[in-house]
Amino acid sequence: MAKRNFVKHALSQWMQKDGPESDVVLSSRVRLARNLKGSPFPMLATPAQSQEVMDQLLGVAENGRLNGLGPLELIRLSELTELEKLVLVEKHLISPNLANESRNGALILDQQEDVSIMVNEEDHLRIQCMRPGFQIREAWETASLIDDVFEEQIDYAFDEKHGYLTSCPTNVGTGIRASVMMHLPALVLTGQINRILSAVTQVGLAVRGLYGEGSEATGNLFQVSNQITLGQSEQEIIENLHQVARQMIEHERAARSRLLAESRTRVEDRVRRSYGILSHAAIMDSKEAAQRLSDVRLGIHLGLLPQVQAKTLNELLVSTQPGFLQMTYGEALHPEQRDVTRADLIRGRLAVSS
Amino acid sequence: MQCQECGKRPATLHFTKIVGGEKTELHICESCARDKGEFIPGTQGGFSIHNLLSGLLDFEHAGAGAAKPPAVRCDSCGMTYSQFSKIGRFGCSNCYKQFGERLDPLLKRVHGNTVHVGKVPKRAGGKVKTKREIDRLKQEMQSRIAREDFESAAKLRDRIRELEKEMGAG
Repeated sequence: MAKRNFVKHALSQWMQKDGPESDVVLSSRVRLARNLKGSPFPMLATPAQSQEVMDQLLGVAENGRLNGLGPLELIRLSELTELEKLVLVEKHLISPNLANESRNGALILDQQEDVSIMVNEEDHLRIQCMRPGFQIREAWETASLIDDVFEEQIDYAFDEKHGYLTSCPTNVGTGIRASVMMHLPALVLTGQINRILSAVTQVGLAVRGLYGEGSEATGNLFQVSNQITLGQSEQEIIENLHQVARQMIEHERAARSRLLAESRTRVEDRVRRSYGILSHAAIMDSKEAAQRLSDVRLGIHLGLLPQVQAKTLNELLVSTQPGFLQMTYGEALHPEQRDVTRADLIRGRLAVSS
Repeated sequence: MQCQECGKRPATLHFTKIVGGEKTELHICESCARDKGEFIPGTQGGFSIHNLLSGLLDFEHAGAGAAKPPAVRCDSCGMTYSQFSKIGRFGCSNCYKQFGERLDPLLKRVHGNTVHVGKVPKRAGGKVKTKREIDRLKQEMQSRIAREDFESAAKLRDRIRELEKEMGAG
């Protein structure tokens, strides 16, 4: 079986480029939830109805309306193996919900993999745009333009009072979920993170782990996103998130400088220790990998590990996930073999980049 | 972040509960969550946003002794309000219209608001845009009247009439 494009590389093309403030912000993302007028939401749709929705939405890509995005891949979820779906989730290209629960689910993906359009997820249409680094406004602009293209072709479920109507009342109104993925090791190390996170939740934002709702904040990676979708304009929502994230970036940087000034040797020891273990260990579970990779990432941005590239770490973040490991090294890996394979992979990558 | 219960393991579950406008937060580890009988996402009897919503929606249990309101059913998809309050998700876009003002307390709690002010679809939203423009002009007109700037208020009044005519025709 020929490998699909998205499984060939752990690092999506868009993640190869460095974005602004990439010492703290890995990526920015905006997702818009939309539904078609007159068709029940995916949860209640009959197979025939969801098929029709899929045909209609994929039709917009097929008739060339989205050509501005370059060549597109149209993927029906039913054509994919479980492992391929898992890889898409690990690359943040689809949600776990689309992978596991959708009927007639589909995906429109551009070559950069910075635009992924989900069909028949919880809502009929979910437009997702990602950007490297801190570019939340840019992600919103692109998502909004794609939204306009769909709207030319399709009647959305929209009402004057409630705005864009969504399956879940937490998305109604603008249907927007904007988020920034932040690496905050110094705030964690200096014990300030709890205070900051609880302050952030006071202003209508939510903090989650690397893989969204319900996921653990491993490797000091935090996803900060808006909670409120109704009663504020998209611009207000984006600006609110932007300003809060901007402050978090400054706090993290200040904490890093303080760490360097006050306990340079200890930080250096921690970073080098983790780099040493990653470069030499024979067994590496995912939790340890996440923590050690976080240390190394911190080391890079503190200028302590000039031999390692941030890009290598971004790639390892995805390629050491269970699905991607199995995809690369054969399907039936036991968890123990997986930890050995993960250790091999990390050793190899760190050796190449040094 | 350490678990608030045992203080030993890292907190992996983060709850924000908003009850009656009061916000409480809980950061605990999985094992303490199990001991406390808290819900763990992704497990049997898992806790999700929809469970939380259905808690907010369950007004029928909230007012003890109150007369049960007549069943409201969406005439497009057949979902009843009580089904919606259990699942926390609408069946179709028409449900919003059918459940009407019953949704306001929920939306208020989730978003602090009940009315959309953001983007409007270009094609379908022409009227909405016009209506918003009218609302804006009316406000502006009132403030000019308050400033006794009647000349420019009259201009605004004419513009409002024009737009209202457009709306009526469209």
